[in-house]
Amino acid sequence: MSPQKQQSRADAYRHDLRGYQMGFALAAILTIVPFALVAAGTLSMMAALWTIGVLGLVQICVHVRFFLHVDLSPEKREELYLMIFSGSLLAVMIAGMLWILFNMYTRMM
Amino acid sequence: MSVIASPPGMTLVADHAHDHDPAASALSGFWLFMMSDLVIFGLMFATYVTMLTPMSFAGGPGPKDLFDLPGAAMETAALLTSTFTFGMATLAIKYDLGVRRVMFWMVVTLALGLVFLGFEIHEFAHMFAVGAVPQRSGFLSAFFGLVPLHGAHVTAGSIWLVLMLIQIGRTGLTDIAKSRIARLALFWHFLDLIWVGIFSVVYLGGLA
Repeated sequence: MSPQKQQSRADAYRHDLRGYQMGFALAAILTIVPFALVAAGTLSMMAALWTIGVLGLVQICVHVRFFLHVDLSPEKREELYLMIFSGSLLAVMIAGMLWILFNMYTRMM
Repeated sequence: MSVIASPPGMTLVADHAHDHDPAASALSGFWLFMMSDLVIFGLMFATYVTMLTPMSFAGGPGPKDLFDLPGAAMETAALLTSTFTFGMATLAIKYDLGVRRVMFWMVVTLALGLVFLGFEIHEFAHMFAVGAVPQRSGFLSAFFGLVPLHGAHVTAGSIWLVLMLIQIGRTGLTDIAKSRIARLALFWHFLDLIWVGIFSVVYLGGLA
């Protein structure tokens, strides 16, 4: 292997390694913050639930980007569309289920 | 490959790159499996959330009586670190850093997966000891439908890791082994993604 080729391979390795390290660091921060918030217990329940929910969604995006390697590039379009499609189906099913069941629940009160 | 041999819908796309790469098409197939698994998990989550009402506790213990934050934090730390160490194994394969290095990171991943399962079994044993069994209430049925389902996936992933360790120990990093490990990596990262939902909804949501 030529020295240049070896050099570009080493660069590519460092680039990939940094991706995993960055994903791990971001995921750790996005995990520690909501755990600390709940442990401290200073926020009101609604504020805490919203914070946990938003940070959880951001963390899922971090995992998809850095660990599952699905991003906005054309090579990953198939996986991205598949995820968006499954996510949309799930959103309809979950939102519909919660709507109906909590509606029933309030009627029974 | 002839045009006839591929499914009719696919022939509209003039790109046969995937047809010639069995590893890539196996990975696409695995994505389909993971997304259908995601739908199962999603509906388990929805069921769990509908069971978070006092009526569904049926006078039994609720989230605040059963869950403890340090235990959930330890489980989360073990699984999150294991997803990173699997990434290291993937990089060791991608850059030909040697079969020993790949096996080292896979063993570390397996160990962290077993630590996670140990904490989870300990937690379930504690719940059973205080009478929080699945048949106690709708809430507990939903809990034991969701969280152990994830635990069963981690168990399956751990068995798969052991099998791959045996395979690459015996025959080295063959193409078929690399392709299988690539799917296992996707599976393992996917399980950590599901766990983000579990610790957010079940543990943090329940204790907030």
